[in-house]
Amino acid sequence: MITWIRGGDLVDPVNETVEQLDVVVEKGKISKMLPPGVFQGNGSGIKRVEASGKMVIPGLVDMHVHLREPGHEYKETIASGARAAAAGGYTAIACMPNTVPPNDCRAVTEFILEQAERARSVRVYPIAAISKGQDGETLTDFGELREAGAVGLSDDGFPVVNSELMRRALEYASFYGLRVISHCEDRSLSGDGVMHEGGISTRIGLAGIPDASEDIMVYREIALARLTGRHVHIAHVSTAASVDLIRRAKEDGIRVTAETAPHYFTLDHRRVIGYDTLAKVNPPLRTPEDVEAIKTGLREGVIDAIATDHAPHSSLEKDLEFDRAAFGMIGLQTALPLTLQLVRDGVLGLAQAIGKLSWAGATALGIPGGRLMEGGSADLAIIDLNYEYPLETDRILSKSKNSPFIGQVLKGITELTMVGGKIVWEKA
Amino acid sequence: MGPLSVQEINLILDTAESMKAISARDIKKVPTLRGKSIVNFFYEPSTRTRTSFDVAAKRLSADTLSLSASTSSMVKGETLLDTARNLQAMRPDVIVLRHPSSGAPHMLAKEVEAGIINAGDGINEHPTQALLDLYTIREKMGRINGLKTVIIGDISHSRVARSNIIGLIKMGAEVTVSGPPTMIPVGIEGLGVRVVPDPVKAVRKKDVVMLLRIQLERQSKVLFPSIREYASYFGLSRKIFQSANEGAIVMHPGPLNRGVEISSEVADGPYSVILDQVANGVAVRMAVLYLLIGGAKGDNVDQGR
Repeated sequence: MITWIRGGDLVDPVNETVEQLDVVVEKGKISKMLPPGVFQGNGSGIKRVEASGKMVIPGLVDMHVHLREPGHEYKETIASGARAAAAGGYTAIACMPNTVPPNDCRAVTEFILEQAERARSVRVYPIAAISKGQDGETLTDFGELREAGAVGLSDDGFPVVNSELMRRALEYASFYGLRVISHCEDRSLSGDGVMHEGGISTRIGLAGIPDASEDIMVYREIALARLTGRHVHIAHVSTAASVDLIRRAKEDGIRVTAETAPHYFTLDHRRVIGYDTLAKVNPPLRTPEDVEAIKTGLREGVIDAIATDHAPHSSLEKDLEFDRAAFGMIGLQTALPLTLQLVRDGVLGLAQAIGKLSWAGATALGIPGGRLMEGGSADLAIIDLNYEYPLETDRILSKSKNSPFIGQVLKGITELTMVGGKIVWEKA
Repeated sequence: MGPLSVQEINLILDTAESMKAISARDIKKVPTLRGKSIVNFFYEPSTRTRTSFDVAAKRLSADTLSLSASTSSMVKGETLLDTARNLQAMRPDVIVLRHPSSGAPHMLAKEVEAGIINAGDGINEHPTQALLDLYTIREKMGRINGLKTVIIGDISHSRVARSNIIGLIKMGAEVTVSGPPTMIPVGIEGLGVRVVPDPVKAVRKKDVVMLLRIQLERQSKVLFPSIREYASYFGLSRKIFQSANEGAIVMHPGPLNRGVEISSEVADGPYSVILDQVANGVAVRMAVLYLLIGGAKGDNVDQGR
């Protein structure tokens, strides 16, 4: 079977070009990328997909999601998370290890990959824990985890306090080609904080998390990357000072990459007024100045990738008093339209924006994908930049519906997602 | 206090005056809220506020029901919302809520039909305390507008401070906050206050000196090194108080830590209005209950007599 995607504008994030090209898919791979009119396919063995007026993009790659399985399947399963990802235009997602039990051993890594295989949807890449039980004390068996299929290491959600352990993790992981991802937070400074510490937290009486709680650890990771000469990836950057630190580190040639999430360039701490727990995330929504700095960081390439930090929670964890509610929001189906807003606002070019969502994440994580080329796997999505719709809960395919964007009109949607030549999502 | 307008605050204070008159009678009861039911739901212990609301409701002849976290299904894992929905099914007119989480009353108000009175939420607000403080200031000083006030203590963790700052500024007073820098929250100036950490300087030429209770049971070691040091540098002695304006008053929401944030000499002195605050608390809470469920503005509070 040949699939002929006709007349779409193909986005190449690597060369930052947008060009009208037909895409021909055979045996799971892209066999040809040709100007319209060149390929003349006829007959029953050819499936035509009309993409005229739409964008054909590399399948998005999310290097930071939480799939909750094993342990909290009522919030999300690997299958439901993968479905939501496909609907969001993703063809690959990397899942964080803070499940129950955590992904700190071969058995859990293999279980995740088996469930992903069974889901027959997007590609799932497990990220294993840095320390056993994510306790910050003993390194996990990096070699065995890599053999089982892990692509990266992180104690996300449980920041590594012990600086020596982090140093050794960077050194040891490099031997296996595993990326180390750091959740930068000094928990002793965060304390009981539930939102950004500032004028709003003071006004509405919620305990604050200062931005220094993130900045201090970003500085430490940069210092450790300098010390070891190894690569470190900074997760979910939320503050202006972090952006500055990463900018200077990159200028100094230190091997550091960084990601942010759409909520950090879309919302600020004023969204918490009214105590809406859907706006409770960690790191917290920061100030409008931080939001601007994140946008600048994205534009200048200081922040490499846009990840979702997709964090599903059921109403059991969210319909509570603000300080008792869980941190986190879902994001797989909103990342694309929210990022496209940056294009409409002139912050990023279209190819650049798609690159942040695809190529950059794949590169930072060292996994394939994120670009379209002849001979490469047919992992792609067709998107309609102009489609406007209110985000309603029945559109959300995650098991959890914890999005502060519900009810908001979004612009830009995924029409079709293809993984290895197989269509895994098609908009009704 | 945030959403209340100056007119609404004045209405509450004016109504409280009529209510205070009821408490001065031999028979301290009117039938105004007969047939109304009020649930005092105190998720956090508070003898003072709870008793004050209870007395206020009873003086207006409302039926009251008291609930605490330990006697509710919350100990069995029920959420606040479920508990509230169950209460709602019994159709109370008002739920008075004290809760350790900031925003809990706002959350409840969205879910239940009964009127919600915030009797203190987390470190956010304690509006009836602020109203009774405003009432006491107006009663003692004859006005609020133009007064110079200072609040001393743990501003960061005090809902009383936050409510009073909002209320006092709204009513035209100047507010200074004072206390160890570890207890002054980031961005407090945004509420319109001046920050003068040293109480010796902060008290000078003020008309109202308001102290906050140092919550000995809640202080972590990093906010201040010892009670002794706090008392020496931040406690209000008569000597410090003497630099305030003539006729200045001293206020404290209670309970007092004598010898820590306030010396006994000041607490019991002629300028102390601490016990007036307690008495006025009942009148203000009667006014709030009455205005919420008793009838329209201008109704006679003695209706039905």
